[in-house]
Amino acid sequence: MATSEPALAKRFQPLSSYRSRPDDEPAYRLLPFNFARFDEQRYLLSNDAGEYYLLARTDLVAAVDGRLNPDSETYRDLRARHFLYDDHSDAALDLLALKVRTKHARIRDFTGLHIFVVTLRCDYSCPYCQVSRQSEDQSAYDMDEATALTALEYVFKSPSPTVKIEFQGGEPLLNFPLIRFIVERAERLNQAEKRDLAFVIASNLSFIDGEILDYCEAHGIGFSTSLDGPAHLHDANRPRPGRDGHRRTREGIRRVRERLGPDRVSALMTTTAASLAEPRAIIDEYIDAGFHSVFLRPLSPYGFAVKTRQTEKYDFERFLRFYREGMDYILALNRNGWPFVEHYSALMLTKLLSVQPTRYVDLQSPAGAAISALVYNYDGGVYASDEGRMLAEMGDETFRLGDVHKDSYEQILLNPTLHAVLEESLTYGAPECYQCAFQPFCGSDPVYHHATQGDWVGHKAFSAFCARTQQVTSYLIHKLEDEPADREILLDWVRP
Amino acid sequence: MQLRSRRSHFSGWPADARPGIYAVTTNPMLPAPVARQRLLLLDSSRDAPALAESPYRGLLLRSVFSEALPSRAIVLEPALGHLADGDIVRVDPQREELRVLFRPSAPQNSLLVTERCNSFCVMCSQPPRDVDDSALVDEIRRTIELIPRDTPTLGLTGGEPTLAGEGFFDLVRHACNYLPDTELHVLTNGRRFAEQALAARLGELHHPGLRLGIPLYSEQPDLHDFVVQARGAFDETVKGLLNLAAEGIRIELRVVIHRHTYGRLAELARFIARNLPFVEHVALMGLELIGFAKVNLGNLWMDPYDYGPQLAQAVRTLERGGVPAVIYNHQLCVVPESVRSRCVKSISDWKNDYLPECDDCALKAQCGGFFSSGLGLATHSAHIAPFRHSGLIA
Repeated sequence: MATSEPALAKRFQPLSSYRSRPDDEPAYRLLPFNFARFDEQRYLLSNDAGEYYLLARTDLVAAVDGRLNPDSETYRDLRARHFLYDDHSDAALDLLALKVRTKHARIRDFTGLHIFVVTLRCDYSCPYCQVSRQSEDQSAYDMDEATALTALEYVFKSPSPTVKIEFQGGEPLLNFPLIRFIVERAERLNQAEKRDLAFVIASNLSFIDGEILDYCEAHGIGFSTSLDGPAHLHDANRPRPGRDGHRRTREGIRRVRERLGPDRVSALMTTTAASLAEPRAIIDEYIDAGFHSVFLRPLSPYGFAVKTRQTEKYDFERFLRFYREGMDYILALNRNGWPFVEHYSALMLTKLLSVQPTRYVDLQSPAGAAISALVYNYDGGVYASDEGRMLAEMGDETFRLGDVHKDSYEQILLNPTLHAVLEESLTYGAPECYQCAFQPFCGSDPVYHHATQGDWVGHKAFSAFCARTQQVTSYLIHKLEDEPADREILLDWVRP
Repeated sequence: MQLRSRRSHFSGWPADARPGIYAVTTNPMLPAPVARQRLLLLDSSRDAPALAESPYRGLLLRSVFSEALPSRAIVLEPALGHLADGDIVRVDPQREELRVLFRPSAPQNSLLVTERCNSFCVMCSQPPRDVDDSALVDEIRRTIELIPRDTPTLGLTGGEPTLAGEGFFDLVRHACNYLPDTELHVLTNGRRFAEQALAARLGELHHPGLRLGIPLYSEQPDLHDFVVQARGAFDETVKGLLNLAAEGIRIELRVVIHRHTYGRLAELARFIARNLPFVEHVALMGLELIGFAKVNLGNLWMDPYDYGPQLAQAVRTLERGGVPAVIYNHQLCVVPESVRSRCVKSISDWKNDYLPECDDCALKAQCGGFFSSGLGLATHSAHIAPFRHSGLIA
């Protein structure tokens, strides 16, 4: 501040008198934070509330030694982000507590997503699919009405004000009569429950027809489908007799849009070794199909994917290259005036830049198992997550919580394995996680680590899950801090 | 527009007449029980009812035709020609003073609860006075009873209204009971709500239309304390905000931008979005150049045009954090185009004005203009420039 400025009138105290503090007071106190080396010059600091800050190593050392100059911008930034506080204010303690509470607010609501596996039958034979069956025998792999009714009873025992019922398979449209049954029963139950009720069908859209679309319009049902990229990629990933899967999926997307509107269908891609060479082609395919976003996902390590050794075909570094190349292309699209979002990045950005809780099941602490989602299998088996069900289809029943025919809702949710998993999935206390600078942006995926390492918690040094959070978060922080043009684009992806 | 008169002529009032709060009416036919609580507004003394029969508390006369005035008359000075049916006024016959407290035609009306304040803000537009004005509470109670029930919004201001203590809660309850559908906007520094019990008391009143306008000038505690000239004020206000939010009370955060606060405005916005996202919106406000702002003008003044980048960044940061932002007290031509649509015509009609060059501006009707305090018009941005075309607001 210039010294030649006109002074305040005499009865006012100058700013300097509010800055001063008694000499015998300690200058400032540190609040809890983790840190990690970020690049050659800088360190990343983060705290439990998800505040982060990049600073030079010399400043970090000075800050920890109590030597940081209170008149520096670094000091003011660290104070505003609650890495330190001084005798001017102890509001930081209340605000930190509030932010941590807000971040965990979703736990109070409990399960919002309920997945009904209405059939295991499918018209595809994807090598990485975990659960599908080719069977003429309807009764063997279809859910029946009695099972659905009990499962619905459990759905509404969750206190969640929002209830989303997702129909999965196999190919759920092969058992559309049961979908209708569940939708109508749920709607009837909801007349008294008054939850915010939504339905979505996870389908390959092969069997979509006018009658199904009429029904979905009348009941506000949306679709989620799989689109792996252009025809050669999609059809190689997802073999269907006749090799017309890509054509049918695109046609299905078009029909849903035409009938229900542009926002009633979303798509997920599965990454395979073949995908890694073609991020641009995949993104162009999504643009061509009318989507404004893509989720660049790593291949899941479950089911046939593990059996067929697909996960070992590429290591995490190759996925990271794929992600970066895809992001470079997406950011260029945005710079050139075509808004397009990458979902995983958007999720991480929301964690970096907002205190609002995020819903993504795989990045929760405690883990999202059963808290975020419950899966009701065709036979009445209940699982803590979709991946837990997939493991079970391969003979590993670790994440099976019970059976709607035999167990009460309370027995299922009080399953001892579930409680052990949840207790050990708090990143605040997990080995390595507790001191990791990326911890506030990460979460626990016990099913993933169980599948890959045979341990719910896992050794993070060997975890591709861990590497992904660290690498993607670093990439995004670098863009936010060092690339102003990209920063402006990425800030618009945050969903408060 | 003048709202206070000491030069109106009082005639024929009893020597011991106490100050009173009355509604103004132009209806000479009101039933006597009502008329006893009304002042009848007449264009001329010729229209005055016969002295003895008039049931009205008093007569307000715009003009006089003879020396013989009716009793309990007030001959209005010309500047009060705007007085109209439904206005509520305070009349003090002994001091021959008349003040307009409420005008139904005004977009917003504010009632002063007390002139006392526990802050001493360097840019205060209504400098506090350490006086015993506790009688104001009863007058406001009476005013609230007279305000039409369909009034959309009413303000309580100060000073610091909570310093009225019990009286403050009494007024909120009274407004809730008499004007349940009226938005009650209270301007407070929020400091006293650091005491959780006080926030709880306000919450217990369950006034759905209640909204507190609370200032936060910096995310740096020492800078905020400096602006309000009170050590520890930052902590009290922040804790007050948290306590009020926990009670579900609606909050408008108010930020006044001047030379001490513009520099870290975007950081303040970031702090609000992360720590106080529960506020209903944030008002980013220009200086009102009267009171202490006038006294400290040289120290505080900064051309709003020059902090345009910080203002735009703050709006973007807030909105991306899900916190709506509005801009008060700024002329459209000095605000960056990207955030011009957030400008609100915030200056009360009676103290609102424009420069001569504004007559050529295509956006004058949408623009909030200036505070009419002479200084506001004399000291203004060097970048006032009429828009040649309308439709420039994004």
